[in-house]
Amino acid sequence: MTRTTEPSTVERGHEPADRRGNEPGELASAGQAGARLVRRRFVVRELGIAIALLALVGVTAARNSDFLSVQSIKDLLLGATILVVLAVGQTIVVITRNIDLSVGSILGLSAFATGKLFLALPDTPVVLAILAGVGLGVLCGIVNGGLIAVARVPALVVTLGTLYVFRGIDFSWAAGQQINAADMPRSFKNLGTQTVLGVPVLALFAVVVLLAAGFYLRSYRSGRDLYAIGSDPQAARLAGIPVGRRVFGVFVASGALAGLAGVLYAARFGTLDANAGTGMELNVVAAVVVGGVAIFGGSGSVYGAALGALLLTTIGSALPVLRIDPFWQQAVVGALILAAIGLDRALTFRMAHRLTEVDARGA
Amino acid sequence: MSELHESGPALLAVSGVSKSFGAVHALVDMDLELRAGVVHSLVGENGAGKSTLVKILAGVHVPDTGTLTLAGRPVVLSGPADARAAGIAVIYQEPTLFPDLSVAENIFIGRQPLRSLRRIDAAQMRRRTEDLFGRLGVRLDPDRPARGLSIADQQLVEIAKALSFDARVLVMDEPTAALSGVEVERLFAVVRSLRQAGVAILFISHRFDEVFALSQQITVMRDGRKVSTDPASELDVPTLVRRMVGREVADLFPKQDTESGDAVLQVRGLTRRGVFEQVSFDVRRGEIVALAGLVGAGRSEVVRAIFGVDRYDEGEVLVDGKSLPRGRPAAAMAAGLALVPEDRRQQGLVMELSVERNATLTRRWALARLGLLRRRTERRAAQTWAQRLQVKAGRLSDAVSTLSGGNQQKVVLAKWLSTSPKVLIVDEPTRGIDVATKAEVHRLMSELAGAGVAVLMVSSELPEVLGMADRILVMHEGRLVREIPRHQADEESVMLAATGHAAREAETGAGPWTGEGGGTA
Repeated sequence: MTRTTEPSTVERGHEPADRRGNEPGELASAGQAGARLVRRRFVVRELGIAIALLALVGVTAARNSDFLSVQSIKDLLLGATILVVLAVGQTIVVITRNIDLSVGSILGLSAFATGKLFLALPDTPVVLAILAGVGLGVLCGIVNGGLIAVARVPALVVTLGTLYVFRGIDFSWAAGQQINAADMPRSFKNLGTQTVLGVPVLALFAVVVLLAAGFYLRSYRSGRDLYAIGSDPQAARLAGIPVGRRVFGVFVASGALAGLAGVLYAARFGTLDANAGTGMELNVVAAVVVGGVAIFGGSGSVYGAALGALLLTTIGSALPVLRIDPFWQQAVVGALILAAIGLDRALTFRMAHRLTEVDARGA
Repeated sequence: MSELHESGPALLAVSGVSKSFGAVHALVDMDLELRAGVVHSLVGENGAGKSTLVKILAGVHVPDTGTLTLAGRPVVLSGPADARAAGIAVIYQEPTLFPDLSVAENIFIGRQPLRSLRRIDAAQMRRRTEDLFGRLGVRLDPDRPARGLSIADQQLVEIAKALSFDARVLVMDEPTAALSGVEVERLFAVVRSLRQAGVAILFISHRFDEVFALSQQITVMRDGRKVSTDPASELDVPTLVRRMVGREVADLFPKQDTESGDAVLQVRGLTRRGVFEQVSFDVRRGEIVALAGLVGAGRSEVVRAIFGVDRYDEGEVLVDGKSLPRGRPAAAMAAGLALVPEDRRQQGLVMELSVERNATLTRRWALARLGLLRRRTERRAAQTWAQRLQVKAGRLSDAVSTLSGGNQQKVVLAKWLSTSPKVLIVDEPTRGIDVATKAEVHRLMSELAGAGVAVLMVSSELPEVLGMADRILVMHEGRLVREIPRHQADEESVMLAATGHAAREAETGAGPWTGEGGGTA
């Protein structure tokens, strides 16, 4: 809207009283500017991580061209697979303003259970083993979700508790036993090594999970409900969203994905004891945060989280190539988390500011 | 109590409904009948039980006793989803939007239009949002997030939401509290067309002109009970006020004449690009100055900049001749400024904290011994103010969120008055507050001015501006366009300056400020 520079007087005449709705052309452009800002924020977030990833790969490859060999890329994808699957589950949880710290323990339990299953019944079809692992994860998720949604205990506390409980069950079940790759049937171990058109099968699992979750979150009512719940739980209740049921479902989904990750872990490493996946939960949360998912819920995407997981895995394999002390790996991850949060804050602030200015100019 | 004039059976009937929260009887044996094509207004002081009734109709609260009947059949609303399924739309006093979601998604959340495989049809959602905004006559981008929308725009999104599901019953809990005249008029046009389409409407407002302009039936509530239901044509304002408070309110605007002294607050050429420009004025000791104008004219932004909450690009703020540093509320407080903000829930109070904690927040350091704050000291300080302002709270240790709007506002006032400010800035001091509390707040402001405090008041309610201010400064699109002394001020002169309209146009576009407010938009 144009603002006259001469001193305003009452008698100025036809200055419109309605500041909204007079100059359609300009207003429309102001509105589109708002939408553009939102889209740009999405792009900046995801693109930022992608660029960081490419830069890291580029620098490392310049040092050691083997880093870009087919085998090395394959290893990278394999290494990231499990983290990506867990990060997708964690993203769904974090979007609703919750957190699931028990995923590492669920993974451990599921991986060990898979090993036990093949020890007992070596002829179990692979599909059945996967379903068993996912089923175990679902059970764990039901425990988490039940306590959180029904008993209304904060997720941080519940899943911190079940982190130890599930790991404890794992330990007492394993009782020091170790399952070796030799005990696994060949068909299952193939899962960890086979490729389709050069892409590891395990990585395909991650890709399918990622695309399915991304599609669900974007295109389904219940998926959008999750963003609404994280954005304002109270308003979600008033809008008639079944908050309890959705949060319950989210933890079941996270458990299921952690269970799946456990099976994939067993297929990849073969050697299993009760320690599988210990401490993994923090890597997952780190990947999600680096991937631009707001820790207070309401925004972020599984794609960002997957990129975050890929970035963290790449750092892990790039630093040895660059001959950097492993100690620094943790420091780098820490710095990345802080940078991601800083970037997110800055973007949110700038967007709010720009939207206000758009309003001030246009409305 | 006279018989209802409107014919036809009730679309939604509330009978014998009671609801208690602990020892508080929020609603006692309430009866209400809403008819298709009738706007039914509900008036009463804050705490009279209006909001509780709204929440029962919304399915948020389940009544302890009594029944709801919808189109002749008893209904049980055990959740907001039930109410929505029954065709009852509720627009709450405070908007309940999701800041991270787009405007279109906010409107259609849980009911998004679907295409094959039950996927959300984003294009259709966008189109329908645009249609709704078209009906409302607003221009908002459906794709922008709700974060950063003004309260007025948020309220419009809420209204679009209610429109979107073709409700049979529309409940509006003070939808106009944050709207400007034009926006109110636009809303009224929509409400009237809904009424003609046969929607039953329950309308709650503290603005009597709106109540009379819009409704055919008026029910008065007091202390959780129904006092009366009458056709609007048989009522007038004094009668309503008497029934609401149970006594006469002698004077809503008890303005004392005061001698104004030296200029305490001086604002010089304050500019924030794109928001306000070259704003200069003085406020003198013992004087009440009103900053009038339409919503969006930049009034709140100016006072926020003065207090140091927002930055400004140019200009200067002086208190007692000394310049205030920019952007530092602590310095402003130390210099004797107090700001009672516009949005008490977001900016004025910590909703989860107790009444006493909130009331003493501004004086934590003054009250502390050796850096420690003792509960007893806090409570004593809070008690003094709670008594002076007659805050109605179960216990001072209750969370502020449990209080009614008027009482919350009193707590905000207590918090700032306890700092003994030289300059009190109040932004919409009586928004969403009932008549009796309004009069109390006005009396308080008048007393403070009498005691030598300089009061700067931002208000969208013209009667309040005219009744309370010694001088009226009118803003229009970020500029101070006119200064009107008390004896020259009338509705027309302020409206003219606020809108920049010629005299005749001002009458039709004035909305709630004119007595009628009944023109078509």
